[in-house]
Amino acid sequence: MEYHDIVIIGGGPAGLAAAVSAYDAGCRDVLILERDDRLGGILNQCIHNGFGLHTFKEELTGPEYAERYIEQVKERGIPYKLRSIVADISPEREVLYINSEEGAVTVKAGAVVLAMGCRERPRGALGLPGYRPAGIFTAGTAQRLMNIEGYLVGREVVILGSGDIGLIMARRMTLEGAKVKVVAELMPYSGGLKRNIVQCLDDYGIPLKLSHTVTKIHGKERVTGITISAVDENRRPIPGTEEFYSCDTLLLSCGLLPENELSKSAGVELDRVTGGPEVNDRLETSVPGVFACGNVLHVHDLVDYVSEEASRAGARAAEYASRGEDDGHAYTKLTGRGGVRYTVPQRIDTSKMDERVTVRFRVADVYRGRSIALYYDGKVIKKQKKRVMAPGEMEQIVLTKDSFEGLGVDEITIAVED
Amino acid sequence: MEKRELICIQCPMGCPLTVTVHDDGKVTVEGNTCPRGAAYGEKEVTHPTRTVTSTVVLEGGEIARVSVKTASDIPKEKIFDVMAEISRTKRRAPVTLGDIIIKDVAGTGVDVIATKSVPAK
Repeated sequence: MEYHDIVIIGGGPAGLAAAVSAYDAGCRDVLILERDDRLGGILNQCIHNGFGLHTFKEELTGPEYAERYIEQVKERGIPYKLRSIVADISPEREVLYINSEEGAVTVKAGAVVLAMGCRERPRGALGLPGYRPAGIFTAGTAQRLMNIEGYLVGREVVILGSGDIGLIMARRMTLEGAKVKVVAELMPYSGGLKRNIVQCLDDYGIPLKLSHTVTKIHGKERVTGITISAVDENRRPIPGTEEFYSCDTLLLSCGLLPENELSKSAGVELDRVTGGPEVNDRLETSVPGVFACGNVLHVHDLVDYVSEEASRAGARAAEYASRGEDDGHAYTKLTGRGGVRYTVPQRIDTSKMDERVTVRFRVADVYRGRSIALYYDGKVIKKQKKRVMAPGEMEQIVLTKDSFEGLGVDEITIAVED
Repeated sequence: MEKRELICIQCPMGCPLTVTVHDDGKVTVEGNTCPRGAAYGEKEVTHPTRTVTSTVVLEGGEIARVSVKTASDIPKEKIFDVMAEISRTKRRAPVTLGDIIIKDVAGTGVDVIATKSVPAK
């Protein structure tokens, strides 16, 4: 069986950054497996700008951001296989991939980096009533059809869900001459970034109806209209609030789900809140030598943070591949409470951690003028005041190694407080 | 004096800005966390601009469209003029990232450039 020090599953932003940093950490045997016919992942269809301000200190479009990392991969001569889909990963890190040139091939990896990204929540998972006419797309599918394949997917559009891709597509379709009639959001707040509400909806006068959902899809062959209704505090439609919008297209932007079928086959334990692997401060999963980064780990708002996280995973995978498992780790559990829904990582080796570890998390509701509090064994260590926190925007707090000096902490907690 | 509450769109941080237009025409910006935010706040109440991104029909390429952007921001009221010109434009592959696709689009003095390299089929 062919062996590689590191096999990276996915050639999107996470996989590319992990490969570059693994190489720079000294690993000369890295293989990237990508199922699409080019590297770059979802960035190839994200033609809007706003990427790279943290990483490159300039504002790039998705394809430009991808190309920078693809160049870095090529400069280093890191091999990659396109149109190669991974079908299985074993707990022993045997990776089975399939493509039309080689057929089914199993390779053994010294370390594996999971970088498969996420998928959109489809109509079937939303419980929307009505027939199944043509004209219902997830926002990302519509984005691919428009921006890569060149089809205008509809002329009169209703969008359910105010995730970033839905907001971006509202603007994109408007610019291409479609009429976006309304964006309905089930929750009382938007799931997208504030800037996208301003520059994708407000700029074009597209109404955003919070606490609304689709209660009927009209049309049998093709969508002919959508009925939306207001919902109560339990997210149940309120009778009598129905509004009909005539349209030919419904876009769904109702959340992203980390894609972890392969992680499960490798025996990786998943976090029930993120839907991604539970990891330690080295971004290693519950299976030794299997690391995770990017949207497969937890859904990010900014690709810049994906790259930064993936760089750490790549370097740690390189370290593992060169020296194998070192079992002298003792982990402290890290949990969120009081409005902090989850944390990544979920456990930290406080004696062997990096000098600084960034913990990322999301909050459960919109909070104004509240603080993020960090506790070690119930004792407050620091508090950070935040003007606004929202579920659609990832938060972070930095833990330093010296803050644990001589403490023997059993539990680290992060909470939203006054 | 006029106060406007804005969300900065310069980066995904989305800082909430309070922009005050004083009676003497001077503009002050509060709530920004970087100089880009101050510049945005002032520009948004005087002459708002946007970067336009779209795609252009590509003939003979590996994919059917090449993604493009205005090389810098253009006046907001020109967005649809710029889009009309982009929609009329066709290009033959190959295209290299940074290639000028339209010079001086819609009389804005700004070029439309490719944001992706696409080899010929």
